[in-house]
Amino acid sequence: MQVSINVNGEQRSHEVEDRTLLVQYLRDDCGLTGTNIGCDTTSCGACTVLLDGESVKSCTVLAAQADGHEVTTIEGLADGEELHPMQRAFQQKHGLQCGFCTPGMVMASVSLVEENPNLTEAEVRAGLEGNLCRCTGYHNIVEAVLTAAKEKSGAAE
Amino acid sequence: MSILGTRVERREDPRLLTVGGTYVDDLRDPALDGALHVTYVRSPLAHAKITGIDTSAAWELPGVVGVFTAADVDLPPFPPNAGISGPPPAAMARPHLASGTVRYVGEPVAVVLTETWALGEDAAELVSGDYEPLDPVVDVGDALRDEVLLFPEAGTNVTGTSGELDDSLFEGCEVVVTRQIENQRVAAAPLEVRTAACAWDGHKVTLWLSNQNAQSCRDELMANLGLPQEQVRVITPDVGGGFGAKIGVEQEAALLAFLAKRADRPVKWVESRSENLVAMTHGRAQRQVVTIGGRRDGTVLAYRLEIIQDVGAYPRMGAFLPLLTRFMVSGVYDIPKVESIARAVVTNTTPIGAYRGAGRPEATAAVERAMDLFAAETGVDPAEVRRRNLVRPEQFPYSTPGGMTYDTGEYLKGLVAVLEAADYRALREEQAERRAEGATHQLGIGLASYVEITAPNNTEGETGHVEIRPDGSVLVLTGSSPHGQGHWTSYAMLVSDQLGIDLDKIEVVHGDTDLIPKRVGTMGSRSLQLGGSAVHRAAVDVKEKARKLAAELIEIDEADLELTDGSWQVRGTPNVSLSWAELAQRAEDGLAADVHFTEDRPTFPFGSHLAVVEVDTETGKVNYLRHVTVDDAGVIINPILTEGQRHGGIAQGAAQALLEEVSYDADGNPQNANLADYAFITAAELPSFELLTMETPTTLNPLGVKGIGEAGTIGATPAVHNAVVDAVSHLGVRHIDMPTTPERVWKAIQVHS
Repeated sequence: MQVSINVNGEQRSHEVEDRTLLVQYLRDDCGLTGTNIGCDTTSCGACTVLLDGESVKSCTVLAAQADGHEVTTIEGLADGEELHPMQRAFQQKHGLQCGFCTPGMVMASVSLVEENPNLTEAEVRAGLEGNLCRCTGYHNIVEAVLTAAKEKSGAAE
Repeated sequence: MSILGTRVERREDPRLLTVGGTYVDDLRDPALDGALHVTYVRSPLAHAKITGIDTSAAWELPGVVGVFTAADVDLPPFPPNAGISGPPPAAMARPHLASGTVRYVGEPVAVVLTETWALGEDAAELVSGDYEPLDPVVDVGDALRDEVLLFPEAGTNVTGTSGELDDSLFEGCEVVVTRQIENQRVAAAPLEVRTAACAWDGHKVTLWLSNQNAQSCRDELMANLGLPQEQVRVITPDVGGGFGAKIGVEQEAALLAFLAKRADRPVKWVESRSENLVAMTHGRAQRQVVTIGGRRDGTVLAYRLEIIQDVGAYPRMGAFLPLLTRFMVSGVYDIPKVESIARAVVTNTTPIGAYRGAGRPEATAAVERAMDLFAAETGVDPAEVRRRNLVRPEQFPYSTPGGMTYDTGEYLKGLVAVLEAADYRALREEQAERRAEGATHQLGIGLASYVEITAPNNTEGETGHVEIRPDGSVLVLTGSSPHGQGHWTSYAMLVSDQLGIDLDKIEVVHGDTDLIPKRVGTMGSRSLQLGGSAVHRAAVDVKEKARKLAAELIEIDEADLELTDGSWQVRGTPNVSLSWAELAQRAEDGLAADVHFTEDRPTFPFGSHLAVVEVDTETGKVNYLRHVTVDDAGVIINPILTEGQRHGGIAQGAAQALLEEVSYDADGNPQNANLADYAFITAAELPSFELLTMETPTTLNPLGVKGIGEAGTIGATPAVHNAVVDAVSHLGVRHIDMPTTPERVWKAIQVHS
C-alpha cells in the first residue's frame, strides 16, 4: 500500500507492505536510523517518536496508521545546528551514555515537558516509566528533563 | 590550570543526540548493500536429542535464500573457555548450531537466510524440529550429582573445582552463623541487542559487531575460520551497551562469516529481544553458603565461602568467574582465618558469562550479608561490626587470604563519610520509633563496604597511539572499546592536558582491527588505568619529540622552549614559535608515539554504600528511598563521567537486589523471556543518588587512577539487599533471597509473625 507521511517537515511517499511498522518505515524507507528498536513488546521506548506532536512508540504503530500525519524523530528535533533545549539539557547533565535509548528518551521527555513544564521529580520518574535505560541509572536523565522543563516554564513566564 | 579533574561535557553527545549514532543495524556501508537477513531457529526444549529437522517448507517460501543445520556447517566447534582449575573437559566444546543434542531453550538448531527481516521470521517458523526429550538438569545441586549428564563423553557435569576446606576453621569462635544465599541469575540486557553484519571482499572477511573488544573477537574468528590476521577484520561501531555480556564473539555472530561466504552476499543478524533474553549469556548464578564466626563483641575471626557456580549449558566465562569471587572473598575485612571453595557445573540453561562486576559482586554480596548475619547474632550494630573489622590504612599494601595484594585504601574513612552524610544515627532513631509504634511501613538501613579488583587481566596491558596530523589536529588510537563510558572525552582530556591542543581538534578512534591490530578491549574497569595511561604516556612522548624537533628547527636549546597557547615558543621571545601543524609537517617520520602500558598488578578501588528502604509489612512491597555512596577510584579525570558510571552501577545493583531474576521452571523453560516479563528497573522505582567524593590514588600507573565502571553495582547490591532484610529484622527475619520481591518479603514476614 501507499503511505504519505510528513516526516520532520518533509512530505514522503512510499509503497510499503501492509504489516510495516512505523519504526521500520522510518529506518528502512526513510533512512532515519536515529530511532532505535530495543524490544519486541513495546516495553523499552527506544523507538519513541512524536506523532502529531504526541509521543508514541513507533513499534506499536503501523506505517499505515501514520498515513496523512506528521512524525518528528530525533533527526528533526534540532533547529539546524542549534540543539533543542532537551537535547542540550541531556548533554549538560550527562543524561546519556551508550546513547541507544537516548533518541526515544529525548522524544518522550519533549512530550512530557510539552504537556506540563511544572514537573516534579516524581512526575518525571513516573512519566518516563515506559522508557528503559541500562546505563545512566536515570539520575541524570531526570535532572536533564527537570532542567529543560525549568527553562521552558521560565521562558513561558 | 590542568583540564584534568574538571567537568568537561562529552564530545560524543552531539552526534548521539541529533542522528542517534551509528550502531551496527544503522550501517549503510556499500559493502553491506543487499545484505541478506539471518534468522536463527532455536530449540524449544532444554535437553533433547535432535531426531530430525525438516527445512523443506522453509525452502518453498519465496525470498528464502538458504537454510542450514549443523550438518551443513564445516567449522570447528568453539572450545570451552578457561575454567577455575584448568580447562573444562574438551567434550564440552560448543558447535555453532546444535549437533545431535540441544542443551538449553534458545540454543540455535538451524539458520535461515532471507531477503528481508520479516521473511526471516516467517521462514524460521516453517522449520520444524523433531526432538526426543531427555531429562533436564536445571538446579546446580542436581547437576552436581552427575545422574543426568549434559555431555556423557565428559563423564561429569563439573567443569572445575578449586579451594579446600579445613574442619578446624571455626575453633575458638564464640558465635558462628551459617546461611545459604542465592546470588540469582540476571540478564545483562543491553538496550541494543546482539547485532552483527558480515561481508567478504575477495579473500578478506569483515565482521561488524556490537561488541566490547574487536581485537579478541578478531582472534577468535581467525582461529575458528582458520584464516591469518590479514584476512580478518572486525569493526565495532557505536555499541548500545555491553555490561560484560558483549565480550568475545559468540557462535551466532561467528557463523555469519560462513553464511556470507556460502551465499556469496553480505549478511546481517539482529536478534530479537526475546532471543537476547534466552540466548545472550546471563550473569551471576551462584549458590553460596557463608559461614562466619567470631567473638560476641563483633570481632570476626573466621569466614568461609562455599560456591556452586551455575555455568549454564556450555562453559563460557561462567566457568571462570568464581575464581574472581575467590580472589575477593574477604573483601575489605582483615579476618584472621578465611577459606573458600568453588565448584562449577553445567546445567540445561543459557550459558553464563560476564556481567557488570563479573564474579566480584558475588564475593561482596556474600561477605556483606555475612557481616549483617553476624551483627544480628551478636547484637552489635552492623556499622560497628564493619568498623571493627576493616583493613586499616597502615596495613597497605595488604596481602589477602585470596592471594591478592591491595594497593591503596582508606576503608574506614569511606564508611564514616557515608554514615555521616546519611545521618546514620538519626536513621536508626527513626527506625526505632517506627518499630515501637508498630508502623505498617518499616524503615530499613543497609550497609555495604567493598573493594574490587579492576584490570584483573592487567598483564595484557593496553596500547595508545597519539599522532599529530599535518593540520595540527590529533589522532588518538586506542584498543579500549567504549560502549557508553565516554572514552573520547576522557582520552582527549589526557592528550589536551599534555599538548595544550583543544579537545575539538582531538579525534579518538577505536574498534577497528585494521587500524588498531593489537589491543585488548574494554572490560573489568581497565580502560582509563591501562588505555588511559598508555594514551597519556604516548602524549608525553609526542611532547618530548616535538620539543627536540622544535629546538633543532629553531636552533635553540630545548630548555629555552615552552609550550604556550598551543604552540612551541622561545621563552621570552613569543614571536619566535612553531605551531603543532608546522612541526607535524616538518617531522620527517611524522610526529607520533606508540606506547604499550602494563601495570605490575591490578588496582583495588573501594567504597561504602548506604541504602534506605521502606517496607510495607502488610504487602511486602519495598519502597527504595535513598542511596548514599563513596566510590573511591583514585584520581578522577572527569567527575561527570565517573558520576555517570556510579549512577548506572547503583541502578543495576539495586535492580538485582529488588527486582531482576532470570528464572526457569523445572523443565528448563525460561519464565521471563521478554521485557514485559523481565523486571527491568525503571526511573519510577529508583531515587536520585547521593554521591560523596574521595580520591585515594594508586601508585601503579602514572595517572593514579583505578577503575569505576563496576563499583556501583558491587556496592549497591548488598547495601539494598541488607536494607530490605534490616527493615524486617526486628520480626526475626535474618535473610531473604534476592530479588526481594513483595511476595518473598511478605512470606518472610509471615513465617515470623
